[in-house]
Amino acid sequence: MLVNPIKNGIVLDHISAGTGMKLYKVLRLNELECPVAIITNAFSAKMGKKDIIKIDGVVQLDLDVIGYMDPGVTVNKIENSVVVERKHLSLPETISDVIHCKNPRCITSVEQELPHKFKLVDRENKVYRCIYCEAKSK
Amino acid sequence: MRSLISILDLSVEEIDQLVATGLDIIENPEKYAHKCEGKKLATLFFEPSTRTRLSFEAAMYELGGHVIGFSDAGSSSASKGESVADTVRVVSNYADIIAMRHPKEGAPLVASMKSTVPIINAGDGGHNHPTQTLADLLTIKREKGTFDNLTVGFCGDLKFGRTVHSLIDALTRYTGVKIVLISPDELKLPSYMKNALDKMDSISYVETTSLEDAMPSLDILYMTRVQKERFFNEADYIRLKDSYILTPEKLESAKSDMCILHPLPRVNEISVAVDDDPRACYFKQVFNGKIIRMALIMKLLGIN
Repeated sequence: MLVNPIKNGIVLDHISAGTGMKLYKVLRLNELECPVAIITNAFSAKMGKKDIIKIDGVVQLDLDVIGYMDPGVTVNKIENSVVVERKHLSLPETISDVIHCKNPRCITSVEQELPHKFKLVDRENKVYRCIYCEAKSK
Repeated sequence: MRSLISILDLSVEEIDQLVATGLDIIENPEKYAHKCEGKKLATLFFEPSTRTRLSFEAAMYELGGHVIGFSDAGSSSASKGESVADTVRVVSNYADIIAMRHPKEGAPLVASMKSTVPIINAGDGGHNHPTQTLADLLTIKREKGTFDNLTVGFCGDLKFGRTVHSLIDALTRYTGVKIVLISPDELKLPSYMKNALDKMDSISYVETTSLEDAMPSLDILYMTRVQKERFFNEADYIRLKDSYILTPEKLESAKSDMCILHPLPRVNEISVAVDDDPRACYFKQVFNGKIIRMALIMKLLGIN
């Protein structure tokens, strides 16, 4: 299977197999005008199988969302067909409006305009807690 | 501009300083009678809590200040759908400091993000109630003289009891504290809290279901209420409820200088026959609550 190299854009590499489509949806890549390719179950010496997303256009992505969804992702920025920047993501310290607090006693359950913010409290076990009520994310 | 939302917002040094101020207020109340003259405290109580509100109001009056506010959401703009943020933006124009009680967890934090004056969390749902913890700490200091090397028993509902969680959080910052967790299996301390305690060298804990077994070792016994609605079936509640009621008979094996605390209101978990025991300190906690709130109001207003 062949996907053409991109000239200016972003390649999300080392996506856990099966997560590519989820990231595509969460990042709303369907709304982009430029070409976007998703490769699923590609061979990876390190991971066995991986997904890859190639975006052939200059776009801004929310790296915190990607880091939360799949902290092992590598983000490659391409300019003139050359990788000019490579970022290895990790779990972000805080996330905003990525997940919602499910605690019915939380202030966010009645005040709709408040951002749903979570902070990382246990990196090892990927535990986030709501900054308002401290309920664990589900 | 500082607010107090959680007990962990205060450093150990700040807690020690508040307790020291509290002890000085008790010794020299006249020194503090005019400290807050010209200042106004707003008590925004979106749910009723008469004792906590009166404690804050008495504290401000004893400092020479004034009090405005409301005592339930029905008499505030919240009943018209106003947000917490808008309410505090408005009240910030009228008061120098705000004490807020709200049924929703995190509401005082939201308020502190928008307010131009300090916010004191006077209780947000089952979440935080830091001034109760400060009252507990001042009582422990007055009764035991120290926070270090104490054996502290927590009895009753350790799963949902916010006062228990906050006091344990506060005690973890002192050295040599031994915690004894006394509860039925249904109401044990949450595992995330026990995991956090496991990682600390300064504090140790044991769990038991027997108040009688734990009693002889305790310097402090913190009682809470075992509520019927926390059990899946009534039979379990009936079987267990008397095990966690403190009576003069159960106190026979306790140390002569043990200190009995309770955040109040009490229902039946401490027999009234215990009230005359010199070890009963739960009404002293109420007095200490007013004193530590005086110290806190001064601190947050930057008054020495």
